[in-house]
Amino acid sequence: MNIHEYQAKAILRKFGVPVPDGHVCYNGASAREWAKRLGDGPWVVKAQIHAGGRGKGGGVKLARTSDEVRNTARDMLGMVLRTHQTGPEGKVVTRVLVENGCNIERELYVSLLVDRTTSKVAVMASTEGGMDIEEVAAKTPEKIFKEAIDPLVGLTPFQSRNLAFSLGLTGKLTTKAVSLLQGLYTTFLACDCSLLEINPLVVTKEGDLLALDAKFGFDDNAMFRHLQIGDMRDFDEEDPNEVEASQHDLSYVSLTGNIGCLVNGAGLAMATMDIIKHSGGDPANFLDVGGGATIERVTEAFKLILSDKNVKGILVNIFGGIMKCDVIATGVIEAAKQVSLQVPLVVRLEGTNVEIGKKMLAESGLNIVAADGMADAAKKIVQAVAAA
Amino acid sequence: MSILINKDTKVITQGLGATGLFHAQGAREYGTRMVGGVTPGKGGTVIDGFPVYDTVREAVHKTGATASVIYVPPPFAADSIMEAVDAGIELVVCITEGIPVLDMVKVKQYMQGKQTRLVGPNCPGVITPGECKIGIMPGYIHKPGKVGVVSRSGTLTYEAVWQLTCVGLGQSTCVGIGGDPVNGTNHVDVLRMFEEDPDTEAVIMIGEIGGNSEEDGARFVKEHMTKPVAAYIAGVTAPPGKRMGHAGAIISGGKGTATEKVAVLEECGISVAASPAEMAKALLKIYTPKN
Repeated sequence: MNIHEYQAKAILRKFGVPVPDGHVCYNGASAREWAKRLGDGPWVVKAQIHAGGRGKGGGVKLARTSDEVRNTARDMLGMVLRTHQTGPEGKVVTRVLVENGCNIERELYVSLLVDRTTSKVAVMASTEGGMDIEEVAAKTPEKIFKEAIDPLVGLTPFQSRNLAFSLGLTGKLTTKAVSLLQGLYTTFLACDCSLLEINPLVVTKEGDLLALDAKFGFDDNAMFRHLQIGDMRDFDEEDPNEVEASQHDLSYVSLTGNIGCLVNGAGLAMATMDIIKHSGGDPANFLDVGGGATIERVTEAFKLILSDKNVKGILVNIFGGIMKCDVIATGVIEAAKQVSLQVPLVVRLEGTNVEIGKKMLAESGLNIVAADGMADAAKKIVQAVAAA
Repeated sequence: MSILINKDTKVITQGLGATGLFHAQGAREYGTRMVGGVTPGKGGTVIDGFPVYDTVREAVHKTGATASVIYVPPPFAADSIMEAVDAGIELVVCITEGIPVLDMVKVKQYMQGKQTRLVGPNCPGVITPGECKIGIMPGYIHKPGKVGVVSRSGTLTYEAVWQLTCVGLGQSTCVGIGGDPVNGTNHVDVLRMFEEDPDTEAVIMIGEIGGNSEEDGARFVKEHMTKPVAAYIAGVTAPPGKRMGHAGAIISGGKGTATEKVAVLEECGISVAASPAEMAKALLKIYTPKN
């Protein structure tokens, strides 16, 4: 799950991490009012969408008077912002962040994440703020500094100092960096983050450190203990099908092809997409119905797949372990009837109660193509879609 | 012979609720020595023949169990793992999906210097066909034999096992290491055990996008393994930045793509299946069963 920059900054503020003063606004008039309340300018107006690269797309603008803030906000609200992360269709801006500008001396980078190799939280810092960190890592890895945190001890002051000195900070800025990093680590733990990225972290001409932008990723598995973070979710920023799927406990990701997939298990679901591609087709989605799928869930899964207008055929691939094939067969038959299926359907069943399941499908009177094994299934659905 | 578990392994179930009980019964029917369960507050009762204890320590003391399987719900599962570690259990298999990753970070640190091996979480379990089944996999698709299987995915492992069984190749032990980013056992750990196991002749290693467990495994194969290894990596078609079901299956920062993994595996001399339907075939290219 992701949140907006203004929400991220509100969280950071709560944990004592310095961020510019600002406020979210939904129209030009309130943007102007908030600008006046925040200070004497200049201000920065920032489009709030869940994507990076906003500056280049015209989503971050400087304003010198409060009238200019209003006009800029008006222009930005309702516009379709396209960045390298939004895709060509872009995203509509429905809210802007108005915040005080600052005098930037240097731009740095800092992030926290769970390092899979060490199974620890790691802090990464770089002198190359404002840049794409993946590019920095690829081209100049020597400019990235890293400290792994012992979960039982926490981020120690010496580790923070190591990072601060590596970034070339001196004097009081070192102390400020130690406190800021501690604040970030506290935030990371308290919110069960998967990623917390400050890019850029700026050194101001006045000698302060400020988190000028902030990006959070949260661990979906931990959201049961952070209901207030769940409330920050902006459904407009997510794929509507993925939102719908999450409400039915289905694991679903939209893709661009035309063959819908319904599979049990994440690994098998990925493998099913791969074999469709391998057989000359193009998968429309990733969908894992899970181990304990019920008839209702299978029906919802079918509805979801068919709500994608690109879908010209469906492949069901089930290896029944916990899930019995007869239950899946009942679900498929029920769903196919309910949604009055118009596109070709290929079903591959294997595992517990496979013979009963196959018999049920064959006797259903529905136009279901049975397949033996994954290769046969992929071949059959690709052919059926090509012929349709 | 086999790795991790055999016909003598005594197993307790932590979390003998509806799911735990269902799979404990399945394992018992398969022939596993399921010697009891732990559900705090239910100690002293017997559920369908399984004596229930309040604590793992007590269960170990009374039953002599050396392995435990965990079906405890995600908010409490990390604590259950640590309880098993504290009780000196040798092998903990955690089936639970959805444990917060920072809980697992703590567990990993807690386990430093302890003797316990953790498999999972978010995994189907471990099975030594014909001898002992710990977990949720369907027993009948397996067949005793000489091929070791290690995988991050559940149903994809069943797929591989079924292909092996259908071509007449049995399995020594199949280990599901789980789909989470922070887990107890990685590919290298299992490959090392298979290399040392005299009754494993060849290995199928199954991986997916995200992290670098497969790459590390491949380098281990190249440097330390004498036995033939075939592999399959799922997620060639997975888009970057999207989590594909498993918490750990995500391409982040352009790292952990299937293409990248396949390249490293092939460099290390592993026979990589071009499609998931060809896992057994990929193994047979480089492996001729003895007798």
